[in-house]
Amino acid sequence: MTVLSISSLEKSYGTVRALRDMTFDVHGGEIFGFVGSNGAGKSTTMRIAVGVLSADAGTVTWDGRPVDHAIRRRIGYMPEERGLYPRMKVGEQLVYLARLHGLDAAAARRSMERWTETLGIEEKRGDEVLKLSLGNQQRVQLAAALVHDPDILVLDEPFSGLDPVAVDVMSAVLRDQASHGVPVLFSSHQLELVERLCDRVGIVRAGSMVAVGGIDELRQTDERAWVVDGPPPSWVSAVPVATVVSSSGSRSVVSVGPSAPDDIDQELLRAALAAGPVREFARQRPTLVELYRHVVTTEATPSPELEEVSA
Amino acid sequence: MSTPGSLEISSGAAIRMIAGREIRFRLTSKAFVWTTIALVAAVVLGGVAAGLLADRETPPQQVGLTSQAAGVADQLVATGKAVGVTIETQEVESEAAGRALVTSGDLDALVTSTSPELTVEVKQTLGDTGTAVFGPLAQQLALGSAITDLGGDPAAVAADIASAEPVVTSLEPAPDVDGAQIIAGYIAGILLFISLMTAGQLVAQGVVEEKSSRVVELLLATVRPWQLMAGKVLGIGAIGLIQIVAVVASGVGTALAFGLVDSSTLNLGVTAVWAIIWFAIGFAMYALILAALASLVSRQEDVGSVISPVIGLMIIPYIIGISIAPWDPDNPLIVWLSFVPFFSPFLMPIRIALDAVALWEVLLAAGLCLVLIPVLVWFAGRVYSNAVLHSGGRIKLKDALAGSQGSVATSR
Repeated sequence: MTVLSISSLEKSYGTVRALRDMTFDVHGGEIFGFVGSNGAGKSTTMRIAVGVLSADAGTVTWDGRPVDHAIRRRIGYMPEERGLYPRMKVGEQLVYLARLHGLDAAAARRSMERWTETLGIEEKRGDEVLKLSLGNQQRVQLAAALVHDPDILVLDEPFSGLDPVAVDVMSAVLRDQASHGVPVLFSSHQLELVERLCDRVGIVRAGSMVAVGGIDELRQTDERAWVVDGPPPSWVSAVPVATVVSSSGSRSVVSVGPSAPDDIDQELLRAALAAGPVREFARQRPTLVELYRHVVTTEATPSPELEEVSA
Repeated sequence: MSTPGSLEISSGAAIRMIAGREIRFRLTSKAFVWTTIALVAAVVLGGVAAGLLADRETPPQQVGLTSQAAGVADQLVATGKAVGVTIETQEVESEAAGRALVTSGDLDALVTSTSPELTVEVKQTLGDTGTAVFGPLAQQLALGSAITDLGGDPAAVAADIASAEPVVTSLEPAPDVDGAQIIAGYIAGILLFISLMTAGQLVAQGVVEEKSSRVVELLLATVRPWQLMAGKVLGIGAIGLIQIVAVVASGVGTALAFGLVDSSTLNLGVTAVWAIIWFAIGFAMYALILAALASLVSRQEDVGSVISPVIGLMIIPYIIGISIAPWDPDNPLIVWLSFVPFFSPFLMPIRIALDAVALWEVLLAAGLCLVLIPVLVWFAGRVYSNAVLHSGGRIKLKDALAGSQGSVATSR
């Protein structure tokens, strides 16, 4: 199994510590969403991973080998501040980039045609990049990252500024790449999208990874809660371990502590039914947005890795 | 890893592709096409203008001689030659017939008699050229008859006079520089300046264009910084070379077509070839420096300030060259500066056009430049590699050279 490993990266800009002990893995075939507030260190990590920035310490490895020039050529990279020749035509530009990555002229042209079609910009091949709309420029930028058929994808904010159709197109492309065994690392602020698309998520705060795992794994909490649409929540007193978190109209949120037995839900449902008709009884899990808010707003904890950037 | 297609490409192939993009992109750019057309047009029109001026060289003067005056024909032609006027003589049957030819314009002048006085009939006036010939002729004839009266031999006296001239010894002989050489010197100086200046600025702008658009981050994922810089310098150099060859060739063509250099000691071929060689040498030196300096900044607006010292360095030899050299090719300042590496590409072509330099001097100056180029390659490669991925503010040359806090990730 191929793995892109980011290990203990450190980076300072002058007195500002941008990364401290940034560590995570992206496996082949998985889509890894990288979330965190602005300035948390997502772009810095990605720039180090693709080699346009050097780390002060730490390593980036691919299948256990440090990422060197030969591996770097196999990465498809989409920088946050887009990078294309503004006055060069879309088609020529993509063919040129493909050829620099070692494709011969015919293969480069085929690849350019394939990706411009997939991304819906085949009409724009003869246009200069600066004449395109921002959304289309972004599609060209993604095509530039894909045109040499990379083994690793590192995409910084690929979805920002895209319309819903373009988001779907791009999501499909990322899934397709992952299904071919390519590890896909991308950053985004669109958390619903990340939740929907990613196999695993990393939440970064102040230069360190504070939560990483599968979406379900992250949503797994010690406390369990249910939404009950039914009688007023006075029935809860029948179940001693349960407490009412909130109640509005016919809907109540009821939670139990970590020590509650696994089948406590059945007990709760029976108690609710005894009090009146129940129309909805559903387990409530925190959304990624809630997790994210919780993580990024948690102030400095005793753990040294999580303290705020000092400068 | 299993994906086929993307393979490591050789440095040569990478540089060729990068240079190829520069060439294709610039060749089709309107700016390049129009500057080339403007330069070619300037050279051709200048040549045509010079040709028209030179062609005012007076046509042969047609002089008719009556039978009484026929004896003076040889002396007339000889006198004309002495003052630089070509004269063709023809005998006319009678004064009346000759007069008719003068009136119709077929003859410029008609000599009707030579003694006792030289008598010439013209349509309106003798004109400057006529006066220049007939004045001395009349004096010679008067002198001849006086000598005959005194019992001497006019022919012998005339021969003595003709061969008499002062013996002049020049203590500091100035090189013979004729008009065509001076014009060629000017053209060489101006052309080298314009082409080195524009090509050098293209390199600087090209480097910053890649930096400011961040495309350099994509490029450096697959090629190394020095390959990118070399490709850019070679590509723009090829473009500059195409331009200067076009301009020089059209200049030489115009000069040959109008016979501008027939009477000159200007060695057109040598001057043209050396102008092109000096462009190549000068471009290599300045382009490397400018590429390195431009990599220090990230915005087009900052290019001007970062390269201005080098632009100043180009203006100095240019001004000195075209304001002094054509009038005083052996001026010690010109001679010495023409050996200073960054100045030679501007001054040597002027000295070559003026034919005021020995071949060994040219080769020595070229050699000094060529020795310096590897040093410049090292310098530019190091600065560029360390600075090109550094975005944001301008970084100090010292830091880039040391590679201290710059981002040096892909330099290996």
